[in-house]
Amino acid sequence: MTARTRHVVGAFAWLALAAGAPLALTAGPALAVTPAEVLADPALEARARKISAELRCLVCQNQSIDDSDAELAHDLRVVVRQRLVAGDTDAEVFAYVVSRYGEFVLLKPQLNWRNALLWATPVLLLLIGGGYILLGARRKAAGADQVALSDEERRALDEVLKQD
Amino acid sequence: MIEAGHFALVLAFALSLVQASLPAIGARLGNERLMAVAAPVALTGFAMTAIAFAALAAAYVQSDFSVLNVWENSHSMKPMLYKITGTWGNHEGSMLLWVLILTFFGALVGLFGANLPPALKANVLAVQGLIGAAFFLFVLTTSNPFTRLFPVPMEGRDLNPVLQDIGLAIHPPLLYLGYVGFSVSFSFAVAALIDGRIDAAWARWVRPWTLAAWMFLTGGIAMGSYWAYYELGWGGFWFWDPVENASFMPWLAGTALLHSAIVMEKRSALKIWTILLAILTFSLSLLGTFLVRSGVLTSVHAFATDPSRGVFILAILTLFVGGSLALFAFRAQSLTAGGLFHPVSREGALVLNNLFLTTAAATVFIGTLYPLFIEAVAGDKISVGAPFFDLTFGALMVPLLFAVPFGPLLAWKRGDLYAVSQRLFLAAGAALVVALVAAFFVDGVSAFAALWLGLAAWLIFGALTDLALKTGIGSVSPGVAVRRFAGLPKSVFGTTLAHMGLGLTTLGIVAVTALQAENIVAMRPGDEAGIAGYALRFEGIEPVQGPNFTEDRGRFTLSNSGGARLADIVSAKRIYTARQMPTTEAGIKTLGFSQIYVSLGDQSDDGSIVVRIWWKPLVTLIWLGALVMMAGGGVSLMDRRLRIGAPTRQRRPVAAHPARTAAE
Repeated sequence: MTARTRHVVGAFAWLALAAGAPLALTAGPALAVTPAEVLADPALEARARKISAELRCLVCQNQSIDDSDAELAHDLRVVVRQRLVAGDTDAEVFAYVVSRYGEFVLLKPQLNWRNALLWATPVLLLLIGGGYILLGARRKAAGADQVALSDEERRALDEVLKQD
Repeated sequence: MIEAGHFALVLAFALSLVQASLPAIGARLGNERLMAVAAPVALTGFAMTAIAFAALAAAYVQSDFSVLNVWENSHSMKPMLYKITGTWGNHEGSMLLWVLILTFFGALVGLFGANLPPALKANVLAVQGLIGAAFFLFVLTTSNPFTRLFPVPMEGRDLNPVLQDIGLAIHPPLLYLGYVGFSVSFSFAVAALIDGRIDAAWARWVRPWTLAAWMFLTGGIAMGSYWAYYELGWGGFWFWDPVENASFMPWLAGTALLHSAIVMEKRSALKIWTILLAILTFSLSLLGTFLVRSGVLTSVHAFATDPSRGVFILAILTLFVGGSLALFAFRAQSLTAGGLFHPVSREGALVLNNLFLTTAAATVFIGTLYPLFIEAVAGDKISVGAPFFDLTFGALMVPLLFAVPFGPLLAWKRGDLYAVSQRLFLAAGAALVVALVAAFFVDGVSAFAALWLGLAAWLIFGALTDLALKTGIGSVSPGVAVRRFAGLPKSVFGTTLAHMGLGLTTLGIVAVTALQAENIVAMRPGDEAGIAGYALRFEGIEPVQGPNFTEDRGRFTLSNSGGARLADIVSAKRIYTARQMPTTEAGIKTLGFSQIYVSLGDQSDDGSIVVRIWWKPLVTLIWLGALVMMAGGGVSLMDRRLRIGAPTRQRRPVAAHPARTAAE
């Protein structure tokens, strides 16, 4: 797919949104990794694919470079593979890509203070919610020690229960 | 005709104002005649909206390009099916569908709400009317589909080709039936808050509406997911895209609501929480509508350039969410707390379900909105994508899915976890076997994936265990078991089916994520490529002319390892003529529950074409599971106690014991 058609597709993404489509779309023939890009070493290639899935295609809507067939995604896939062949670790590859394109390129945001709220929300909610429920249960249990039934009441209850 | 539709829509708006005011005043004053206005007005409002919708649909069918909306989104050469579905394949038309469905639900409450207390019914319909008024005003002022165009063009601009698909034709109505269906639960919650009274009967009235909305939403999401899978050409089924998340959040909250409403109905507990969940679920539906309609997701800047629609929906969102939450804050205290229960009990399990589901919904919420938040506050651009959601959402699902089989087996009030564990011994053993077999005998399965496969099996076997125990298989004679099976309440089958469906969907997701195989090759006619023990032969490619598109159709033959021919697969690249827009038509062959997926890429000068071939093991279970979940909802809906007008069992009178009276 050429850059021009991609642009057209991008312009129509709004229409898809308008129809309640589940996706921000790039609907063209989406063929990402091409045979020419694939590295000879399967271990390196597997790492490249894993890294690619976590890098955003900057000109697409919410697509990783692994899924996208945009020119830029292709270039970035090649860059990732070059760095891996040159002996970079995964972390070094990410650092290199971020230094060139900014944090926007990471589909999984870094763990830093600015993103603290994002990462902490699930944990905090579970802790606060769980704590509240446990405390509430304990309070109820304490409050539930209501006055025990008197013997007469117990006898009356038994009788009622026997009727069933 | 179009003007008649426009006029009907204005009338519907006026009726919604009547519906929002008179019955509520009547309920306040105890005036029965004012309250009785609600139902007929709701029905008439629906009829008016239906006329408006029919008028627009007729313009589409006749390709009346004097209507701006039809010109923008239709074409005379388009197949009739897509002319009709094109009615809602655009912003204005889909908002018209939104209000149509809203008034439809209002009419249903009016029709079937005969056994509701008059004040509750009046308030519920008034709240529905208010929601309707807000959205009618939105459609009429910012998104009017009835605008004329002059001079009249000869030909339309065609519908976006990716929407010319049966999957996407059905997807929006299903999704909206779900989204908007939750408005009924919302209206019931607000009515209860206005009334200051809420009881188990309230929960029994709300549950069928919630169930129905949940079923449609489940279907809508599954349909959208399958459409993305076959239409986008790379075989992904869920992308954690903001638009998907917008529909997934109400689903998660709605699922929590279904479960908490059970507790409220059976045990009168969790009243306040259930009310809050009903409000939150519809609020998330409104948020989804805002996110999708306002364009805020495409970019903050797109939103800023044409803010009228976005700001309008934002105002609606603020009004209803803020208003209902304020009402909740004022009135929730007046609702009495209900029955007590031990943490280890059916109620406790359902509370746990709610804790994890709402946390999951909140996680999706913050992940979806965080980039907007950061851009607004710090000016930085960050991305939150699939890797984040896979990690956090996945982690939240593990304990929840693990707990699911325990829930239905625990007794109300105080359960015996040890006894329940014993009963689940067989299911646990079977799940363990699945995990071990996967880990040691299937190639390419990591220990992690094996555990997930075990978890999926645990869900399925756990659901079956519940049914088996309630039937008494193994402990009673077969005859008795059959009779018991037939006598079980429908809701038991509903639970079993829904939980089994969840297991099937989980199994499909895990299998395809962990075990899918991929082969990317450049092929010439006559070449053969292998995938997962099958061989795919490329026969050739030829141009084909369709009604409103041209395509290059690649033909393949699939054979197994023995060389026996299994199927012909056709995979194509299409260009829609009117918009010169390309799409892929993936070639898919279903083998059992698995699929072979073939997608065409670019052709090169030497005559070869790039072909991507996938083996997608058990992938169909993802959507079949959703269907089974829906079936569970449907069976539950048929339960006697939820049926409209079902007689309530009379309590056996208990003679007051003289000694007890004396003691008082």
